[in-house]
This record gives sequence, C-alpha cells and structure tokens, in this order.
Amino acid sequence: MSFPALLHWSNSADTLHETSILAEVVLAMNKVGKNCKTNRNGASDGSPGGLELTGGNCGIVAREDFSDVTFLLEFHHPMMARAARPGQFVIVIAHEDGERIPLTIADFDADKGTVTLVIQAVGKTTRQMQEICQVGTKIHSVVGPMGVPSNTKGPKKVICVGGGLGVAPVYPQARAFKENGAYVIGVIGFRSKELMFWEDKFKAVCDEFIVCTDDGSEGIKGRVTDGIELALKGHDDIDELVAIGPPIMMQASVETTRPHNIKSTVSLNPIMVDGTGMCGGCRVMVGNELKFACVDGPDFDGHQVDFSDLMNRLARFRPDEKKAVENWEGG
Amino acid sequence: MAKKTIRTIPQDRTPIPEQAPEVRAKNFDEVTLGYEVEQALNESMRCLLCPEPACVPACPVSIDIPGFIEKISNKDYRGAYDTISQNSLLPAICGRVCPQEDQCEMVCPVGETLEPVAIGRLERWIGDLAIKEGWASIPYSKPNTFKIGVVGSGPAGMACAADMAKAGCDVTIFEALHKPGGVLRYGIPEFRLPNSVVDTELENLAKLGVKIECNVLIGRLFTIEDMLEEMGFDAVFVGTGAGAPKFMGIPGETLNGVLSANELLTRCNLMGAGDFPRHDTPMHLGKRISVIGSGNTAMDAMRVCLRLGAENVTCVYRRTEAESPARLEELHHANEEGIEFHWLTTPIEILDDGEGNVRAMRCLEMELGEPDDSGRRRPIPVEGSEFELETDMVIYAIGTNPNPIIGQTSKLKLNQWGYIEVDENMAGSIAGVYAGGDIVTGAATVILAMGAGRDAARSMKAYLGIRDSERACQIQDDGPMNRLFGIDIEERNFARIRIA
Ligand SMILES: Cc1cc2nc3c(=O)[nH]c(=O)nc-3n(C[C@H](O)[C@H](O)[C@H](O)COP(=O)(O)OP(=O)(O)OC[C@H]3O[C@@H](n4cnc5c(N)ncnc54)[C@H](O)[C@@H]3O)c2cc1C
Ligand SMILES: Cc1cc2nc3c(=O)[nH]c(=O)nc-3n(C[C@H](O)[C@H](O)[C@H](O)COP(=O)(O)OP(=O)(O)OC[C@H]3O[C@@H](n4cnc5c(N)ncnc54)[C@H](O)[C@@H]3O)c2cc1C
Ligand code: SF4
Ligand code: FES
Repeated sequence: MSFPALLHWSNSADTLHETSILAEVVLAMNKVGKNCKTNRNGASDGSPGGLELTGGNCGIVAREDFSDVTFLLEFHHPMMARAARPGQFVIVIAHEDGERIPLTIADFDADKGTVTLVIQAVGKTTRQMQEICQVGTKIHSVVGPMGVPSNTKGPKKVICVGGGLGVAPVYPQARAFKENGAYVIGVIGFRSKELMFWEDKFKAVCDEFIVCTDDGSEGIKGRVTDGIELALKGHDDIDELVAIGPPIMMQASVETTRPHNIKSTVSLNPIMVDGTGMCGGCRVMVGNELKFACVDGPDFDGHQVDFSDLMNRLARFRPDEKKAVENWEGG
Repeated sequence: MAKKTIRTIPQDRTPIPEQAPEVRAKNFDEVTLGYEVEQALNESMRCLLCPEPACVPACPVSIDIPGFIEKISNKDYRGAYDTISQNSLLPAICGRVCPQEDQCEMVCPVGETLEPVAIGRLERWIGDLAIKEGWASIPYSKPNTFKIGVVGSGPAGMACAADMAKAGCDVTIFEALHKPGGVLRYGIPEFRLPNSVVDTELENLAKLGVKIECNVLIGRLFTIEDMLEEMGFDAVFVGTGAGAPKFMGIPGETLNGVLSANELLTRCNLMGAGDFPRHDTPMHLGKRISVIGSGNTAMDAMRVCLRLGAENVTCVYRRTEAESPARLEELHHANEEGIEFHWLTTPIEILDDGEGNVRAMRCLEMELGEPDDSGRRRPIPVEGSEFELETDMVIYAIGTNPNPIIGQTSKLKLNQWGYIEVDENMAGSIAGVYAGGDIVTGAATVILAMGAGRDAARSMKAYLGIRDSERACQIQDDGPMNRLFGIDIEERNFARIRIA
C-alpha cells in the first residue's frame, strides 16, 4: 500500500517565518502593549509594547566565541523572548536527525525579541552546533521556555554562584534578584583567566563581586567555595544561595551553606528527552522523593538533592556518546 | 437475498494475513497486513445485519456498524467509508488499535456460537482503502470568523480540530513536541500503527485548513488564559494526554538501565534511537530486559526491545493473564514473538551491579485474593516467595500521572488527582475552555479520546452559536467557495453551514 509522502510540519525553524501564526500572535499581543501581562506562578511582566517584529524564525543574530569550547548564540524568537523567565531552559534539535538537548536560557530581550544561549561543546551535538550555528543560519528547532521559573522575589541578600559555564544560566537570576531590590553578591569561578566570560555583564548586576580562578590568574586563587566562604564571612544575613555549574561544584557549594542553614538553590541538569514531563528520563532524587527535573524543576533545594545519584545518571550513555563523536568525526 | 442466519453465514472468521513471528520480531514492518478485497467481502457476509444491533451501542462513538458492513458487501466501499466517517474520523487508526474484543466484537451475537464478526479488521480495511484512494470525508463548510485553539495533537485534539474546521472555524493545533500525533506518533510503534497512517490523518486535517504549530509548549510559551484574553481565540480545547509515567517507589529506580516505557518508546519511535548513531539519540539497550506491567504500553515496549535486538524480554505482572489490560491481539502477538511472561510477580527492589547499573530485580510471587475496587482480584504476596530475576534493563509500564504543566500555569480547575475537571459538556472551569482525552479521564483509549474531542467540539459549537445543518447545502459550481481550503468540490460529501 502506498501512503502519501511524509508531510512537513511547521516544526523547523524555516517555517516559523514572518507569516507564521506565532508571529501574528506576537504582533497582536504587542498591539495590546502594556496589557501584555502573563501569569506564570504569579510573575507578571510589564513587557513593553512596540516590539519590532521580524519573525520568530530562530535565526541566529549573534554569535560570540568565549574559548575553544564555549560559545554564545543569540537567536530570534520574540514570543519566547517575551515569555522567558530566569531559570528556564529550551530544548534544541540541531538538525533533522538530531537529539533533543536542553540548554539554559542565559539571557532574553523582549524588546529585541531574542534569546541567548551559552553552550559548551562537549559531545556530538554541541560540537556540531559549534560548527554549523553561524550568524545568518537558523537553529533547526527550539522549544521553550521550559521548567518552572526561579523565584527571584523575596530574598533581600543573595549569593549567586556560577561555576564555569554556569555563569551564563545564573546571570539572569542575579539580574532579576537585583531588579527585585536584593543585595546581590556574585561569585564566579573558572579554571583560569582565559576561560572567563561575562564578568563585566555579571558584575554590573552585583553589589559585590568575587572572581575565583584555580590558578590564581584572576581574582582569588581557589574554587568558588572559597569565594562563597569569603562572602559568608562578610555577611551574616544571607537569605539565599543560588549555585549553577557542574554537579560536583553545586554539591560543594551547598555544603558551605549547610552549617549556616541558608536556603540553597541549585539548577539540575539530568539527561532529558522531551522536557515536558512525559518520559521520566530526567528524574532526580530530592529529599528521597523522585522528581522530574523538567517540570518539577530544574531548580531544587540543594540540601535535599542526591548528587551522587545525579552524577551516576549523567554517565548513563557514556559509551554511546563516545561512539557518536567517533562516528561523526569519521564523517 | 434471503435473511442471513447464523447457519447461512461463513462460519469461520476470515483470517488476516500476518508476518510470521520469527520474521517480524526482527523488523519494524506492520505485523498484520490487512485484508484483501475478497477477504473483506467474505467477512462482511458474516454480519447478520441485526435490526437492533448490539455492536453499535458498544462502540464508544456509535459507528453504524451494520450500515457500513452492508455497504461493503454491496461493494459500495466509498459509501462504507462515508458511513464510518459520520462518527469516526480515524478509521485506519482505530481499526488497528481499538480494543474491539471489549467493545463491539464482545457483544456481537455471532460471537455466541462462532467467532464474532471481525469489525475492527473491516474498519481498518475501509480506512486503508480510503487512504489509498485518497478519499477524505471533507464536508463543505462556510468559513466563519471564529478562531479555535487546540492544545495537543493526539487523537482528542485531532478530532476536535477536525470538527471545528468542518464547522468553518479557523483552527490551530499547538503541539509541544517537534512532530504531531501524540501517543499515535511517539508511543504506538510502527509495526502496529505505521507513521504513514498517522501522517495521512494529519494531512486530512491540513486539507480542512487546520494549522499545526509544533514546538509550542502551552503554559510556558503562552498560557491558556493568554490564548483567550490576548490572542483572540474564541474557544480552546485542551487534549494534552495523561503524560507523566509512574514509578513504584522501590529502591534502585534511578539506576542506569531503569526507564519508563514512554522514554524507551519516545527514543525509538520519535527520535530514531534504533538507528543510532545515524540518528543522534542513543538507547543503550540491555540484553535481558524486564518490563513491569501488562497493558498495551508494556506490550509495545517489549516488542520494540525484541526488534531492537534484545536477547530475552520478560514481562513481570502482579496479576494473571486474564487481568492483563492489553488488547487481546497484542498479548497474543507478544506470546508468539517469544516474550516470557512472569504472571503473579511483583518487583520489590532493583539491584545494583556495583557501578550504578541494573544487575537484577528482586521479586515476590503473588496470589489472587478478594476483588478490589476495580472488580479484579487483588494480588497479595506469597510469603517466602522472594527470588532474583537476572536483568540488565528494567522498563516501567505501570500507568501514568497527569502532566502538571497546565495545572502549574493555568487557573483551570483540576480534580483531586490532577486531571482537568469538566462538566457533562466537556467544559472546563474557564468559559470557552473545553478538555478531553487522557488529561480528563486518565490513560484510556484512542477511540475514547477521539470521541471526547468530538463531544467537546459539539459543545464548543453550541457555545459559539454555530449550528450544524442537517441538509447538504447546494453550492454553485463556479462560486469562489468551490475550492475552499484548496479542496475540490467533488471531495465533499455533505455540507455544513453556519446559521448566524
Ligand atoms: C536543564 C539543563 C540545562 C542545561 N543548560 C546547558 C547550557 O546552558 N549550556 C550547555 O552547554 N549545556 C547545558 N546543559 C547540558 C547539555 O544539555 C549537554 O551538554 C548536551 O546535551 C550534551 O550533548 P552532546 O551531544 O553535545 O554531548 P554528549 O556526548 O551526548 O553528552 C555529554 C554529556 O552531557 C550530558 N548529556 C547528554 N545528553 C543529554 C541530554 N539529552 N540532556 C541533558 N544532558 C545530556 C551527559 O552528562 C553527557 O555525559 C543543560 C542540561 C540541562 C538538563
Ligand atoms: C504505548 C502506548 C500504547 C497504546 N496502545 C493503545 C491501543 O492499542 N489502543 C488504544 O485504544 N489506546 C492505546 N493507548 C492509549 C491511547 O494512545 C491514549 O489513550 C490516547 O492517545 C490519548 O489521546 P489524547 O489525545 O488524550 O492524548 P495524547 O495522545 O497523549 O496526546 C497529547 C499531546 O499533547 C501534547 N502536549 C502535552 N502537553 C502539552 C502542552 N502543554 N502544550 C502543547 N502540547 C502538549 C503532547 O506532546 C501530546 O502530543 C496506548 C498508549 C500508549 C502510551
Ligand atoms: S452485532 Fe455483529 S452481527 Fe449484529 S450488526 Fe453488529 S457486527 Fe453485525
Ligand atoms: S525530560 Fe522527559 S520527563 Fe523530563
């Protein structure tokens, strides 16, 4: 029996062009201007009207390479830029046969209609993106924002910690805390000075700023935990610590605050597939309960998280990941 | 023609050609091949055309079963298709996946002495024929100005979208994943429901003018309230499916090698993990695989594992085969393909190999006690029956919890279990919002989801003041409406107009 050829749905970037319904919708919403309020967990934004609309086509408008392995992509998606909140992430598919990979929203600009990702090329997909994602091209597919936004209202004094790449995802939270009137202490850590990025941008939203490098080439010589200890010494009224980075760094960070009983939030990065709560692949143990990081998180109480479980699960596909890279490099 | 009786009809149910079990367990091609025309004609002769058919009320969407079967025997195949289409939008799909043995075929009186009429197979045959011939039951409809949003592209959403489009509305379906179809796409595997069949049904929606926007997670990109208040949708249908897989809460559930059937099926059916590394998504299949549960999802997971090359696949279920909720045909096929069944068995712990992977599963044998709330006998553990089942991959297929996203982001009222609460008209607690399918009922069936989508569409039309016309409306051949949505006038077989 012959069936008609497979249809093409408007899932890939190139169909989400100016005439797409989403674009029309943004236009309609912008006409409403200041009424453009949304209710996500009580958060309301006064997104400005008059947003210039050239389409939510996931076209890459800017790229910046911070190092051999770390790069920034800013892409066009006004609808997403309007909806995004600190702490949320997107799921990207790099090409037709690609994997769905989660990436944190490192910045968003409702006026420009753009969303920014900072990516570390660690395996097949991220390395391929490093190669193919150039200004003027489009990202094959992006869905989001996903996850529960971080709560950035309430705390009066916070420490925002970014370890390595984690600087990018923690930045929008630091900025939101600042906008909500908190005293923000930024702590960022890198292996060495050459790998640093966004230090000025981050510093601009902080009241105090501590840079730590493993080799002492910038700021204090030491790890982010040393930076956190320093901050804790200077203040006995810290309300919350937010730490984002590799699991081992988040684990160490929340140990510094445990004795002081300071609320400590981490953003977990388990392996995901759909990101909509449908597969359970992203399950993590938090306070002896099974949680789905994509819909219950990705933010969780760091003092409750079972990090060794998370780290074991991140190694789930190691042999396959190696194979994928070899296969890709081999052509 | 003399009146047919149980004695005059063909006695044997017409067998359906199938791939041999040894062959099919190694490929993803469809297992049952479908009737040829002679076989369908022969089977259609077995229907007694009961004046008061038992099968029709037993069908969740009340298809005029003797009506379409009679048309088959009269070789009016297009007529048979139109008859089914009045009630069901997806005959090629439902013919394949409906649990007919619990519905129409269960009550067919032929089944009292012989095997019941193979209603499902006939329905599928007509559905496939319609696809082959390019028939589409597309009624002519006069466009109105109503804009309808549908959340989720599973059978519930598809059905609601189709009916609203037929009523002349401007319909957009929003789907969170990158491909539409819901469980029909990511859950039910190719060998049971080819993607090409789902594509055709989606294509029919497109022909009706329905727009499908993938990669839109409603609740997060915009909310249901946004759709109504700011985006100009007059009504919204929510068909987001049941979603979140259940785990048992026993030790070892986060070991590597433990996953939900949904994850396995999504990786394989949606992401092409069976073809890794050509497709980027990995699977890392085990060799000795245990699947917990015995519903359709469990059967699909087990049979996918076999096809991906697992050496041994075992089903672990705490009740017996008689209580298994899977379609009879799937259970039968799984048996034939060499799945091992451990009935009356429940896992109590998943054991570690020392490196964070699954080594084995500790299980208990069960026996059946008194009936529980579901009317099925409650399994109770047999003391001292503990044993270890060697396994390197454990797959959970024990049901789902409601997906939390709509609840997190909308004021829509949920019931105590987290499913969307609707009234008898499928209306939710926000005016203009309707819901149906698994997100209302909990995990159920394709036909029930489709029926719910249609019921919701009916209520939506009433809410918007759209009335279905009984009478086909005559349209002049040269009118501008003739090629509405790019469809030729010949393509339509009845018409609906809006009476303002
Ligand atoms: C909520 C969340 C936010 C994230 N934000 C960022 C970010 O802002 N920038 C960034 O560079 N990375 C981020 N990551 C990690 C990123 O998703 C992985 O690095 C990426 O998937 C690796 O894919 P790969 O094919 O390049 O490498 P692979 O070789 O496939 O994987 C390298 C490692 O990445 C992890 N990984 C692999 N596949 C997935 C997957 N589908 N989901 C999650 N992790 C996976 C595994 O630990 C693996 O060992 C985030 C992950 C999560 C869950
Ligand atoms: C493996 C498996 C096998 C099955 N086999 C059978 C069978 O043989 N026979 C049978 O009758 N039934 C079977 N079922 C059950 C049947 O598939 C379901 O009852 C039916 O698909 C429910 O339809 P639905 O439209 O309610 O939801 P779904 O089919 O689940 O579709 C919901 C859709 O909504 C999308 N969505 C969810 N949230 C959002 C959001 N916030 N924004 C946008 N989109 C969203 C989802 O991605 C999904 O595509 C099976 C189910 C499974 C999992
Ligand atoms: S109950 Fe059986 S015999 Fe009677 S009309 Fe239905 S299919 Fe035919
Ligand atoms: S990624 Fe599938 S449930 Fe979270």
